[in-house]
Amino acid sequence: MNIFQTKFHDKTNSAIPTIFATFQVKLMQNPGIETAKKLGLLESEYQKICDILGREPNFTELSIYSVMWSEHCSYKNSIIYLKKLPRKGSRLLVEAGEENAGLVDIGDELACAFKIESHNHPSAIEPYQGAATGVGGIHRDIFTMGARPIAALNSLRFGNPDLAHTKKLIKGVVKGIGNYGNSFGVPTVAGEVYFNDCYNQNILVNAMSVGIVKKNETVSAKADGPGNPVFIVGSATGKDGIHGATFASADLSENSAEDLPAVQVGDPFQEKLLLEASLEAIATGQIIGMQDMGAAGITCSTSEMSAKSGTGMKIWLDKVPTRQNNMKPFEILLSESQERMLIVCQKGGEESLLKIFDKWDLECVQIGEVTSDGRLKYYLGEELVADVPAETLVLGGGAPVYEREYARPAYLDKIADFSPSIVSSPDDLVELARMMISLPNIASKVWVYEQYDKMVRTGTMTSVKTSDAAIVRVKGTEKALSLTVDCNSAYVYVDPHVGGMIAVAEAARNITCSGGTPVAITNCLNFGNPYNKEVYYQFVHALKGMGEACEKFDTPVTGGNVSFYNQSQIGDKTEPVYPTPTIGMLGIIDDKNHITTIDFKNENDLIFLIGDQNNHIGYCEYLHHYHGIIHAPAPHFNLEDEFRMQNAVRSLIQKGLISSAHDVSEGGVFVSLMESAMSSTLGFEIDIPLSFKPDIFLFAESQGRVICSLKPENKTETELLLRSQKVEFYHLGSVKGSEAIIDRVHYGKISDFSSLYASALSLKLEN
Amino acid sequence: MPTYLAKINIMPHKELLDPQGKTVAKNMGNLHIEGVQDVRIGKHIEMNIQAEDMNVAESIVDQSCKKLLANLITETFSFTVEQV
Amino acid sequence: MIKCGVITFPGSNCDEDMIYVMKEVFQCQVEKIWHKDQTLERYNPGDIIFIPGGFSYGDYLRCGAIARFSNIMDPVKKFADRGGIVIGICNGFQILCEAGLLPGQLLVNDSQKFICRNIYLKPYSTETPLTFDLNTEKAYMIPIAHADGRYYCDDSTLKDLIDNKQIMFQYCNSEGIVNSESNVNGSVLNIAGICNKTKNVCGMMPHPERASESELGNSDGKYLFISLLSWIKEHHFVLA
Repeated sequence: MNIFQTKFHDKTNSAIPTIFATFQVKLMQNPGIETAKKLGLLESEYQKICDILGREPNFTELSIYSVMWSEHCSYKNSIIYLKKLPRKGSRLLVEAGEENAGLVDIGDELACAFKIESHNHPSAIEPYQGAATGVGGIHRDIFTMGARPIAALNSLRFGNPDLAHTKKLIKGVVKGIGNYGNSFGVPTVAGEVYFNDCYNQNILVNAMSVGIVKKNETVSAKADGPGNPVFIVGSATGKDGIHGATFASADLSENSAEDLPAVQVGDPFQEKLLLEASLEAIATGQIIGMQDMGAAGITCSTSEMSAKSGTGMKIWLDKVPTRQNNMKPFEILLSESQERMLIVCQKGGEESLLKIFDKWDLECVQIGEVTSDGRLKYYLGEELVADVPAETLVLGGGAPVYEREYARPAYLDKIADFSPSIVSSPDDLVELARMMISLPNIASKVWVYEQYDKMVRTGTMTSVKTSDAAIVRVKGTEKALSLTVDCNSAYVYVDPHVGGMIAVAEAARNITCSGGTPVAITNCLNFGNPYNKEVYYQFVHALKGMGEACEKFDTPVTGGNVSFYNQSQIGDKTEPVYPTPTIGMLGIIDDKNHITTIDFKNENDLIFLIGDQNNHIGYCEYLHHYHGIIHAPAPHFNLEDEFRMQNAVRSLIQKGLISSAHDVSEGGVFVSLMESAMSSTLGFEIDIPLSFKPDIFLFAESQGRVICSLKPENKTETELLLRSQKVEFYHLGSVKGSEAIIDRVHYGKISDFSSLYASALSLKLEN
Repeated sequence: MPTYLAKINIMPHKELLDPQGKTVAKNMGNLHIEGVQDVRIGKHIEMNIQAEDMNVAESIVDQSCKKLLANLITETFSFTVEQV
Repeated sequence: MIKCGVITFPGSNCDEDMIYVMKEVFQCQVEKIWHKDQTLERYNPGDIIFIPGGFSYGDYLRCGAIARFSNIMDPVKKFADRGGIVIGICNGFQILCEAGLLPGQLLVNDSQKFICRNIYLKPYSTETPLTFDLNTEKAYMIPIAHADGRYYCDDSTLKDLIDNKQIMFQYCNSEGIVNSESNVNGSVLNIAGICNKTKNVCGMMPHPERASESELGNSDGKYLFISLLSWIKEHHFVLA
């Protein structure tokens, strides 16, 4: 049931003469504090609204404030800490949060717009449409800036893959992402898929879009120039997704499946037309500002655009094309129907705008105009149904800002008690190796990514050979973009501060191994309930770690989003998901000759492990799935060492000294070696350096390490370079034959490991 | 046990957008077919069921729809059952 | 100089890729054609019309079912009747089948899933524009990206296709062996592409335009376009 429909006072029963209503917002509909609470507002927030308006708000106005001041739109519980992240850099063309997405100068008079966003709660309820509309929303953020999307990435987290519920969710999500992205015509070039019981009820679906625009042809989300017309373009407005913004900020309970109107249906075909028409419209030079309608629909776009320009708007809601008859003002204002945008154009430019949208069979209707009084006035015919100051609705304006309390989580004590001595040595390393390669978090995700078009737009340079990051060429230049999404949330759980740093460092390591230079990040911060002090502790400390690493790698934060309330109901207990600050990183490869892939290239090439090696064992897939230990400290990590190691690897690549590079991450050195081997079918023969415990050496996940292969003739120069940059390295052995041989023990044929690796996940999901 | 034939219609929820139906409706004009206003596209499913009686057969169809055939979040279903 | 026209339908998304390859790799003169255009009279039989991949009209109802009624399809038929070369890739192939310019139909993959993968193709007959110069003993690596690519036709049509040497490609493995394991989507006889009886209208599901530059790690697709261009050199005087 939709509580809002029953609460609404139908305007047709109104006894107030129209002439009166024209001049004054009807006060008789004031629903009061109780309704405000039901809409998710606090008592203090209701009071604040009354102070702003100088009177009590009517239901429509209350709905407007409730969505605009929800966590989803206002970032009220996170903005203080978001502002502490490094947000400046010489390449940044806009500051974080200033526009729909980050904008980075990539040279050649081009800029790259990119952003990651969550669609967790909608996907948990209706995985197919939830994921699809998540993809659609993030692409709109990119092309409303004038940029053409050229690549998509995603980061997905599911619960236990043995559960029927998880299988259903992953099938729906993957199909949703695939169908939307494939049809829209943007390649899905990279992503990550993790499984952990903490996501059983609350999956995470984070989608990222990357676009390219000429530096001087970008469009801002602004509404300058009183008198300029305001247009709505794209799909008709329906009752779908009403109060989605509030919904996204509310706890997810078992009854959520009944919240029907919160589901939105995506139409990638419509979005493709919208993309082409928008870019054509921008080229006319008549567009002043453009914004996507995502959360909170018309409300959010009109208020943010006006607030940005210090203007206001008059909007006639009855002019908005609707899908259903008799939609109420608040329904029109808050609808989250997909594939719609708000455009402010130069007065006099209406004709050329309409012509373009007509060519693409899209609706384009003037619904209002820009005003100078800073107020948003929404009309239904002659009747003024809501009147609010734009500035008071938005982040950085009147939206509330809170600093929440935090407290060190109790479970961290268990982690502090961990002693490596309880880790017994495994009996059979060969059997362990086979188990590791088949773990859901390690095994190939081919079942997932084969359903995504990776190659449309003919820019993807990593569709035949794999690299640690996806590489997409920028046509017309010598450059390529290197793109990755990363976060090992288990590390963040066991140590929010270090885990936050690792998320950034690992992303940078992937960019480095691909041959690129890390440039900037976008982040998607998925956490539990911010009112839970332990969750807020994770949030504050993870952000601190991220900030430090971003500072070190000179990769400022360009934007992103925060998703709180990710939690599951287990009995009468609420368990937050692991803190998951997903990092989407942009790197640049100035010379395409530097592109480096993970596969071994030549028989007899030497295999080097570059980076700090030790006997430390922290949280890793091996501890978790072999020993059943979850409460262990984060893997060994040193930001300075990591930074030096990455610089050294980049130099090796740029000097053409190494043939392959692959970072050591989940599953440790063994899995990295195996992945380099499986990508080439060449085998390897290595010896574990004497001072190390074999299981730890092979499977622990200490950070800051890369497996490289190089031609024997490059050995001396490689060693010299690494020594001069004070980076540790080990010559482990060489690329040989078609088997894996470690300490003279035959682990098996690479092709056998390949079949295990390729089929493990699909066997689980299809059965 | 008697055999029943169930004819099931699954339709997109009436409150939700049906992109497929909308696109088809919009392009009927290209075929010079005029007057088509609204198109909604769903699925028709037929199943043969063995059951003790009509009530049991209907409950089997109802369960099949709820559990598998329809996605109740985005779709609605209706059906008829007849003995064959 | 050979002129190429690439048709854009609402929802086409490989049109730019096709233009890029024909222009940048093969230095052809290339023009973008809007689906609402009424004529292709400016094109001569020695020219090429491409119907690119994508999701015309969202692939709603059936792939290609709505696009076939676009204004441009009548001129395409007339151009084909004049002997002009029409090449449909992926969604273009589906549109040509729906429009009746090619026999048979493309059904949903037997896995019921969208598949994007590099697969191998074996040329079946070299008496077609896209296979003219190819080696029938070689397996060409070309990507596919489709959900509805399972070629189906009835037995008598299949017999015609075989008798008239209209089958261009079959799905095979990296060794060039055509068998059920290498039949990626369950097509009749592993068929990946066919042409019409007069050999001037061709359709295929795989995307050679995505595999025509070494920079992308795969350039086997180039050989198909080289074939096409030499076929035209060889035949267009006859057809004109």
